[in-house]
Amino acid sequence: MEWLSWFASPENTKPLALVVLFVTFVLIVYFVYGDKKRGERLESYKHMPFMDDEPESKEEKK
Amino acid sequence: MASTAISSNEQYNFEIVKKFAIMSLVWGVIGMAAGVYIASELAWPFLNFDIPYITFGRLRPVHTTSVIFGFGGSALFATSYYIVQRTCQARLSSDGLASFTFWGWQAIILLSGISYMLGHTQSREYAEMEWPIDIMIEIVWVSYLALYVSTIMRRKQPHIYVANWFFLAFILATALLHTFNNLAVPVSLFSMKSYSLFSGTQDAMTEWWYGHNAVGFFLTAAFLGMMYYFVPKQAGRPIYSYRLSIVHFWALSFLYMWVGAHHLHWTALPDWTSTLAATFSIMLLLPSWGGMINGIMTLSGAWDKLRTDPIMRFLIVALSFYGMATFEGPLMALKDVNALSHYTDWTVGHVHSGTLGWVSMITFGSMYHMIPKLWDTKMWSAKLVNIHFWFASIGVLLYITAMWISGITQGLMWRAFDQYGNLQYSFVESVAAMHPFYAMRAIGGMFFLSGMLMMFFNVMMTVRQAKRESAALESKLSAKMAKAGLAGA
Repeated sequence: MEWLSWFASPENTKPLALVVLFVTFVLIVYFVYGDKKRGERLESYKHMPFMDDEPESKEEKK
Repeated sequence: MASTAISSNEQYNFEIVKKFAIMSLVWGVIGMAAGVYIASELAWPFLNFDIPYITFGRLRPVHTTSVIFGFGGSALFATSYYIVQRTCQARLSSDGLASFTFWGWQAIILLSGISYMLGHTQSREYAEMEWPIDIMIEIVWVSYLALYVSTIMRRKQPHIYVANWFFLAFILATALLHTFNNLAVPVSLFSMKSYSLFSGTQDAMTEWWYGHNAVGFFLTAAFLGMMYYFVPKQAGRPIYSYRLSIVHFWALSFLYMWVGAHHLHWTALPDWTSTLAATFSIMLLLPSWGGMINGIMTLSGAWDKLRTDPIMRFLIVALSFYGMATFEGPLMALKDVNALSHYTDWTVGHVHSGTLGWVSMITFGSMYHMIPKLWDTKMWSAKLVNIHFWFASIGVLLYITAMWISGITQGLMWRAFDQYGNLQYSFVESVAAMHPFYAMRAIGGMFFLSGMLMMFFNVMMTVRQAKRESAALESKLSAKMAKAGLAGA
């Protein structure tokens, strides 16, 4: 369990956290922009707010 | 994506949305009136009338709690319940729990206001509520989280729309912030007084970790959730880039948690913490502007709507203020700028350019879009919406301009030395120099409050009009039925 004490030092965990978070962020950006097909699928979700649209007025509903 | 045609209001729980929407306006009027009153007290101190209950120190948290948690919080409950149901095409998982969050939240705001006026406060910025109210908040908030998550789990769409991500981040982060910031030991079981578990610099650090993230997740992320639904709906076109909204979300969530310490530059806080906060504040500019551009570019190809649609104007001006405030914030987080701006009215102006310009404007726009849909009618007066827009805009501009001038003047006066190295101005001279700007700020607030009152009146008339319309429709239908019955006989 000696290796756990390595994490107790902020001098070690700060750069480690920076690397982990930065790599995660780069992976997210790659996931979002890296593949054209996936990009199209993601963009298709932008229409979700319009999927349960109702007629605008009472007259139209009748 | 599955497409489901839903036409019935009964499919969703809109009653809870209506209740929160109305209470949001009620708290807006109360909170902004309290704000105008305390701003006037600073300009014309006789307004204290030697009554302890209405002094600046006691009314100020009444103002902040009523506007942030009463007005903003109720608007967020309303819009999040509306958006989650419509984008997931699922009814809220429990009507009882929804009702509990409503009554619980309203009781919290009311009790907080009364306790402040009676002099009870734990003196933590935006978290002045003493421990019994903090426990109530914890219970209501966990119920809100449970309700929101369980509703998302019932969704008919495989994907969760990005607005819900922002709302979820806001609910989770607020739970975390509220819990750790309010760790305190009560003096006794029957005493309102408690003492923080932390002390000294750690206490200040915890307080501002909470304080800035309250701005980041309560007043920004959640209202971005509102923006990602209502801007496309009002514009009648989808958000400019869905992929940008995903990057916006993750970048904002990663960066915000680190910046709180910029409120404690030049204090006993370790220098590296201060520098780290300033660095992350600068980086925060990128996702903030990415989100603003995403929202504004949604109007691309339909800019004419800005000329004709006052609701669209509210939404786009809100985004412009979001851009301005998120540029000003990182600027003020720089240590050298902060040396001038800290403890001055510039900070107050910055906060209000965010809260009046961004939070309130996006709320007004969203409410003006949502309220007619909830009551199945049109706004009683479109003209009044337009007048409200101009009153609100003039109000914000007067407010922030006054505070910029007054804040920078204060900063310069406090650091001015004479030829012998003594301070050039006494503190009271700087106070006297502020007077015209305090009056200007109060007048700006009066404009904004007048707009809020117009909105309240307009909404009340809209609700009344909706009731009349449905009564007329019902009588028309029953007359038709009776006629059909007679013909059948």
